[in-house]
Amino acid sequence: MNGSTRAGLERVLAPSLLLVALIAAWQALTVVAEIPAFLLPSPSAIAGELVARWPTISAAILVTGGNALVGLVVGAVIGIAAAVLAGLSRVADRMMAPLLAALAVVPIVALAPVLYTMFGAAAETARQIVAAIAVMVPVFVTTLRGLRQVRPVHVDLMRAYAATSAQATRTVTIPAALPFVFTGLRLASSLAVISAIVAEYFGGPRTGIGSFITTAAAGSNYARAWAFVLGGMIVGLVFFSVTLAAEHLVRRRSGPQQT
Amino acid sequence: MSAPAVLVGGVSRVFGSGAGAVTALDDVSLTVAPGEFVSLIGPSGCGKSTLLRLIGDLDQPTGGSVEVFGRSAEQARLSHDYGIAFQQSGLLPWRTVRANVELPLALHGTGRAGRRERAAHLLELVGLTDFAEHFPDQLSGGMQQRVAIARAFAEEPSLLLMDEPFGALDEMTRERLQGELVRICAETRAAVVFVTHSIPEAVFLSDRVVVMSPRPGRITDIVEVGLGGERGEGLREDAGYYEAVIRVREALHGGAGVPSRGVETR
Repeated sequence: MNGSTRAGLERVLAPSLLLVALIAAWQALTVVAEIPAFLLPSPSAIAGELVARWPTISAAILVTGGNALVGLVVGAVIGIAAAVLAGLSRVADRMMAPLLAALAVVPIVALAPVLYTMFGAAAETARQIVAAIAVMVPVFVTTLRGLRQVRPVHVDLMRAYAATSAQATRTVTIPAALPFVFTGLRLASSLAVISAIVAEYFGGPRTGIGSFITTAAAGSNYARAWAFVLGGMIVGLVFFSVTLAAEHLVRRRSGPQQT
Repeated sequence: MSAPAVLVGGVSRVFGSGAGAVTALDDVSLTVAPGEFVSLIGPSGCGKSTLLRLIGDLDQPTGGSVEVFGRSAEQARLSHDYGIAFQQSGLLPWRTVRANVELPLALHGTGRAGRRERAAHLLELVGLTDFAEHFPDQLSGGMQQRVAIARAFAEEPSLLLMDEPFGALDEMTRERLQGELVRICAETRAAVVFVTHSIPEAVFLSDRVVVMSPRPGRITDIVEVGLGGERGEGLREDAGYYEAVIRVREALHGGAGVPSRGVETR
């Protein structure tokens, strides 16, 4: 076994061992100290619910994940488009910057009840819109910063070689901005999932993770509520890992000068 | 008789206006013949980089005219008459060494096969054939600067503009790259305008050294080095070389022997 795979193994093994130890301690605590289930259900009870309810939980994961994905894509497209516009025109930048700042401080999930009445309580639209709005701000900010990363020496170079503005954009501006865009997407992906789940707390169809958590908790099924929380964690982890992997891929190609 | 490579006629460049105006260049005239190597030397703020940028049409003069091979600086830039290298290598970190060298050719529509062939030749010229598929951040500063020089030569320009390309390098790397530059220039017969603040560097490389002074930027003297075309490492110990170094130093210091700020005399 060579050094690097060994180090890699240790990096995975060490936190895994800690996790197992923590879960074992949790289990022991609930059994030995006889902690009531409404305070803290035991891991085994939660695991039991997770297995028993898996068809419901997996369906809920798909609904919530789908809402978060639609929100992420729509919000990212709008955020990137707005950033490109702001990068091209100072006027557009001046117009949009305060608007985006205002949007950033609005508690966006608080819009959910309003949106439910607008789009009907049976539709997922309200949740997708909430997720999209939450995504727009970080994607806009990081993309705009990325578009401003072009170094003066590269501007000179493009001018010296009489590159057209389309060529300069393709050759210098976009590659310099990409790592920033993907950092924004990574930050936004967690926001999209959180917003999609929390928006479900305020009503709408009982289809996603958030709705089931409230239902289970209201019905005193604490272990079941925790099982759905686990489902929510799965959605969040998937979004985070995929966007993190994409970011790493882009960053490696862009070199350390861009970080 | 062909047009001079560079013809600068009574050029001024004033930055800002009113009371805060700074005169970077004041009535500067200079002619560079085809194939000639001319260095611009002077303390910080003497406008040597500004003059180079005017020749490259990266900046416009507030007075006077700049011609490159008988055309306006802008026309020369648009028809890719010159190659350029800066103090920062200015390589694109997301492109391989080969792709960086190919950049000017790619921008101007040279086919893939032609680009490959040209890049391979240039990388051989600067001794980086084995690093063609590396990324710039995997290379040392000296190697990055060699890539930048290869890129500057990509389109076989008859004029090369260089703004302190070795300024950020250590002395040994710098001397080696000077030797390489002399050799490549001899092969390509390109005229070079070379900005530097090192007297030995200017003397070793140049046919003529243009000495400038600051506030306002002016040409105070032009020293004919006259060491001939053969420039090996032995030249650095030649009596004529020392004599030229002394002449440039005296021109820089106005004969008073007072060291000028920002000029290396090593």
